[in-house]
Amino acid sequence: MNTRRTRAVARKEFLHIVRDPRSLAMALGMPLMMLFLFGYALTLDVDRIPTVVYDSDYTPESRELIQRFQGSRYFQILGSVDQYETIERKIDRDQCLLGVVIPQDYSRKLLSGDEAEIQILLDGSDSNTASIALGYAESMLQRYGLELRAVAFNRKGGGHLVPPIEPRLRVWYNSELKSKNYIVPGLIAVILMIIAALLTSLTIAREWEMGTMEQLLSTPLRPAEMVLGKMVAFFGVGLVDMVLAIAVGVLIFQVPLRGNPLFLFFTGCVFLFGGLCWGILISAVARSQLLAYQMGMLSSFLPAFVLSGFIYSIENMPVVIRVITHVVPARYFVTILKGVFLKGIGFEVLWAEVVFLLTFAGIVFLLATRKLKQKLA
Amino acid sequence: MAASHEANQWAVEIEDLVKRFGDFVAVDHVSLKVRRGEIFGFLGPNGAGKSTAIRILCGLLAPSGGRAIVGGFNVATEPEAVKKNIGYMSQKFSLYDDLKVEENIDFFSGVYGVPPEQRAKRKEFVLDMADLQERRDSMTRLLAGGWKQRLALGCAILHEPPILFLDEPTSGVDPIARRGFWDLIYQLSESGHTVFVSTHYMDEAEYCHRLALMYRGRIIALGEPSTLKKNLRSHSLMYLDSSDPLESMKALEGKKGILGVAVFGAGLHVSVQDPASTRRQIQDLLGQRGIHIRRLEMISPSMEDVFVAMIEEEERKAS
Repeated sequence: MNTRRTRAVARKEFLHIVRDPRSLAMALGMPLMMLFLFGYALTLDVDRIPTVVYDSDYTPESRELIQRFQGSRYFQILGSVDQYETIERKIDRDQCLLGVVIPQDYSRKLLSGDEAEIQILLDGSDSNTASIALGYAESMLQRYGLELRAVAFNRKGGGHLVPPIEPRLRVWYNSELKSKNYIVPGLIAVILMIIAALLTSLTIAREWEMGTMEQLLSTPLRPAEMVLGKMVAFFGVGLVDMVLAIAVGVLIFQVPLRGNPLFLFFTGCVFLFGGLCWGILISAVARSQLLAYQMGMLSSFLPAFVLSGFIYSIENMPVVIRVITHVVPARYFVTILKGVFLKGIGFEVLWAEVVFLLTFAGIVFLLATRKLKQKLA
Repeated sequence: MAASHEANQWAVEIEDLVKRFGDFVAVDHVSLKVRRGEIFGFLGPNGAGKSTAIRILCGLLAPSGGRAIVGGFNVATEPEAVKKNIGYMSQKFSLYDDLKVEENIDFFSGVYGVPPEQRAKRKEFVLDMADLQERRDSMTRLLAGGWKQRLALGCAILHEPPILFLDEPTSGVDPIARRGFWDLIYQLSESGHTVFVSTHYMDEAEYCHRLALMYRGRIIALGEPSTLKKNLRSHSLMYLDSSDPLESMKALEGKKGILGVAVFGAGLHVSVQDPASTRRQIQDLLGQRGIHIRRLEMISPSMEDVFVAMIEEEERKAS
């Protein structure tokens, strides 16, 4: 291993990145774009659900029920209609998401102590939002029902009825349940994986395509020196991106960083190194930039996005997929990111994840240099 | 390195070199030796195996059989040592277009491991040699073909390699730039470098000290350009200018005493065994067909004639 040759490669690679507007845009623009896009646009929070009411009972009791919906921050009553079809039409046209239908006999049944029914109509085409909205509506109605029962019981002279269990909820770590608080940290893993794997895989494929690889191979430059030199350059880019992403997350999106930033930085470096090696491995297999790009996208971006638990909860996946997620390095880094950012935990809890990332990086580094050596020989 | 290199006068020794790609034999039992300081030419049509042979000698491809020693090192077993002793310029321009002239030089200085204290001196030498002093800050992409070629050569000699392999270095360069490039090759040869150069330009072949004609993976002739031409005189060459060259060609091909007919410019080159008797025969054959002979004379063969004659002979042997 000759540091002089490695340094020459690193310097040259750095010049390529700076000179090529495309790779520069990809290295710096893409992470920022993703952060802002996901941070602002991708909210999984459901509130102010557009709601329409069809009240055919029109009594003080039914109005009180509507008042309940109005009083909740989760629902926004857009208006009342006097026809069932109007609700249907409004749901079809995405003008509302939820319809409340109160039948004519609602107050009569309620007052006579029968079971009063109301109908909730939901737009299930966005199943995630629909089920959250349904949950809100159900729990609110249940509470309301209990209250009514207690009042009625009281009126009949039964004294004060207390619900048997009164849950006192306290959400830890992300007390306001803001989705950006877990999207932004997870996003850092996705960004680093793309930068590391995709940019690196393109750089070696480019040498093949331009014919410069032939020239490099005729020099005393060894494969390991070439790999290391290229990695140094892209490692630098990755570090800039990591610091940038953390800064944007903390300063602009106000995501709390409760854990040790140094631990985060260190694990980020390990993850980055693994991703870089993965890119080198791809480029050792693919000789064209197009193929390298596609392989890089498929093998880095997709798993990091879908199988890391970044947005989609791993517990809800089918067993087979869940097993697959165990070999996705981003999964472990997402766990670390969320742990350090939101829970403020460190190595004492996350050591297994750190060990996995180190193992992954080591194995892929060995594979990549061996594969490249075979290819170059 | 020095000991083994000084110990013999051969910069390159090839014995029975074979390279197969599946069933295709790209290099077919080639043997040759190149003297130190020599300009050795590899002449042959595209696909003859020149590039493959050069890539083996540079340690870029493993041979399928035979032995190749470059600068005293075996290319199959000591490619790393070989690479320290050679400069290589591939057929395709292979410097970095998005780097400046100077940055390309610095990069190759680095990968060739030129000691830091010598780098500035070597850089100036290369810039002077390639006449690129005024363009040292230019983006390589913007250089014209001839400049690029000289820069590529410059980058290949930064580490002062004793042996240079140039694979069709002047393809796609205008004739004046080509001439200038050959002046550089002579300079390098005079300062002791061995230059192994492949080309398909006949005029360039004549600039070489020695020459190997390669055809279908084999070497069909080897020697100094003048010797190769002299050997061809055993069958002489005549230039025929007639009123109908194509008809003349048909009339003469395959006739006794006529070894070959090839179109050359507006006329024909006819290689014959015995010019004295064949002259009459040609006049008779064409006269019968009413073809008017404007000129029929003995000429001395050019490199192209040697090449065409050799290949025709190969084809004859094969069929």
